[in-house]
Amino acid sequence: MSKVTYREAMRQAIREALTRDDRAFLMGEDVGRYGGCYAVSLGLLEEFGPERIRDTPLSESAFVGAGIGAALGGMRPIVEIMTVNFSLLALDQIVNNAATLSYMSGGQFNVPLVIRMTTGAGRQLAAQHSHSLEGWYAHVPGLRALAPATLEDARGMLWPAIQDPDPVIIFEHGTLYNVEGELSDDAGPVDINTAAIRRPGDDVTIITYGGTLRTGLGAAEQLAGSGVSAEVIDLRCLRPLDTATIVSSVARTHRAVIVDEGWRTGSLSAEVSARIMEEVFYDLDAPVARVCSAEVPMPYAKHLEDAAIPQVADVLAAVQMLGG
Amino acid sequence: MTGATAAGGGGAEPAGGPTGEKDHGIHLLQQMLRIRRFEERCAELYSHSLIRGFLHLDIGEEACAVGVIDTLSPDDAVVATYREHGHALARGISMRAAMAELEGKVEGCSRGRGGSMHLFDAATRFYGGNAIVGGGLPIAVGLALADHLQGRRAVTACFFGDGAVAEGEFHESMNLAALWHLPVLFCCENNLYAMGTALDRSESETDLSLKAAGYRVPSWEVDGMDVLAVEDSARSAVETVRAGGGPHFLELRTYRFRAHSMYDPDRYRDKAEIEQWKQRDPIPLLTERLTATGVLAEGDLERIEGEVGAEVDDAVAFAEAGTYEATEDLERFVTSEPVRAGEGS
Repeated sequence: MSKVTYREAMRQAIREALTRDDRAFLMGEDVGRYGGCYAVSLGLLEEFGPERIRDTPLSESAFVGAGIGAALGGMRPIVEIMTVNFSLLALDQIVNNAATLSYMSGGQFNVPLVIRMTTGAGRQLAAQHSHSLEGWYAHVPGLRALAPATLEDARGMLWPAIQDPDPVIIFEHGTLYNVEGELSDDAGPVDINTAAIRRPGDDVTIITYGGTLRTGLGAAEQLAGSGVSAEVIDLRCLRPLDTATIVSSVARTHRAVIVDEGWRTGSLSAEVSARIMEEVFYDLDAPVARVCSAEVPMPYAKHLEDAAIPQVADVLAAVQMLGG
Repeated sequence: MTGATAAGGGGAEPAGGPTGEKDHGIHLLQQMLRIRRFEERCAELYSHSLIRGFLHLDIGEEACAVGVIDTLSPDDAVVATYREHGHALARGISMRAAMAELEGKVEGCSRGRGGSMHLFDAATRFYGGNAIVGGGLPIAVGLALADHLQGRRAVTACFFGDGAVAEGEFHESMNLAALWHLPVLFCCENNLYAMGTALDRSESETDLSLKAAGYRVPSWEVDGMDVLAVEDSARSAVETVRAGGGPHFLELRTYRFRAHSMYDPDRYRDKAEIEQWKQRDPIPLLTERLTATGVLAEGDLERIEGEVGAEVDDAVAFAEAGTYEATEDLERFVTSEPVRAGEGS
């Protein structure tokens, strides 16, 4: 075991990808000489050289599209976009090309592209650097959307994503990069299909992903103190959703709270809630509850930002409302 | 020389291709006629509702696709737009597979999932059929990047219209290709209208070669109605790009004789302007030249027209005898299946 940060785990994953697969390369804004906007790729330019650690101009649409073209041409590109907000500048390429080319070509072409981007609030970066738009991408057929919330997933999701023949988007919550913990020295690839039960429990299922896993675990810890046994699910893979893990848990606990840093309206939490209704409605003892971000552009001031995003207290209040 | 001029460091006039050879001239004529007659039949089939959706015909612009694509080798890649039937046929997609696609049949080159705007073919490295204006340019840059990283000496020819020049992706892609010195041949088919908006109503600078020059991309202004001029320029540009000369830009000055699509009443163009351009129809232009130089003998044109007509008839019969994909297979290919024909698998 070694002590590593989420950032270092991700760097190890990129290093593994470039070492094991000659076709893999990283490109994006400031990934090279600067060392990565969040220092994820620090040192990799010196290790792999400028052909494989490629700094790009501030041209999201062109370099994401170039990633698609390079993937079509036999490479395994890893494209880094600084934040999910900036990814909107490349939305055309992601939605109209990466997600469609296999289908539109009748299966003749595929796009083995990985796009990594930072997501989420909590760093006082205001309304153009802080949103959680994972649900938008999880809406689109042809994409796989991943949200590594743990060191193991930060370390292990990239390799299977690169080996996936189709486009994969990895959402890295910005508040996780500095999280430090023990990671096994032989940590490696993980499954990218299923949700994980991060804490087993019997009375209520708290469903989280990415940045909200900590919130859910924090709430579960406090609930345990008051005699409520909460099960915490980390969705991990936002598309395709692992419905089976969600509904089998809720069928046991009979109550569900979904914690989603996205806006409530049309959110991923709405999709999860709908699936619970569709599959285990008669097992529910209470309506599904949701804890989402306030429907505001993310504010700068810390007290306002805290009020806008899901907190442990909000989850506790939601659980209390479920009764039982 | 046939009317090409170099700008932005393109060097000397392009060297002549094998355009004096009898068979080659006839080949170019036949290729353009194949596109013309195919497109005319598409219009007929559209009026009979056998083809639906948006249909953008290449009539009038055939010299661009034929002249450029004829200079490519099989290892090269082509990225095209929604007005790409001509490019697909010139690249070697069979008329049968293209027509079946337009009729939505599973025998079509995209299994009926793409239609007129999304013809694809892995065997000829034909990467669509992109219906977002400008959307194909970044992909072309990426294909060229893959060739560069893998040490292949292939060229990616990327077609787009004058409308794409207004899109940010044009500028981002030109810059990136030039910055990274990638083997892309940007082919702008300037037909003077972005759907219904004339170039001078959408661009503050209508000299497109200056835009290329702004990215240090050598550019060529070419008479896009003259297939020999297109071919000469393209051959020279392709050779330079393949030799490591970085991206090049061809502005092919052309005109579409028909409306933008079958929905377009064409209210925005002067009829006299259309008639004037029809005087420079690329097919009679080449026919007259080949006749005057004795390449085309009496009876040759009728013979070619007969062959082309038979090919179109055969393609229509093939498409109409085709089958529709089972709706049970609706969700196939959203993601990859284990065995793939594409090279990215």
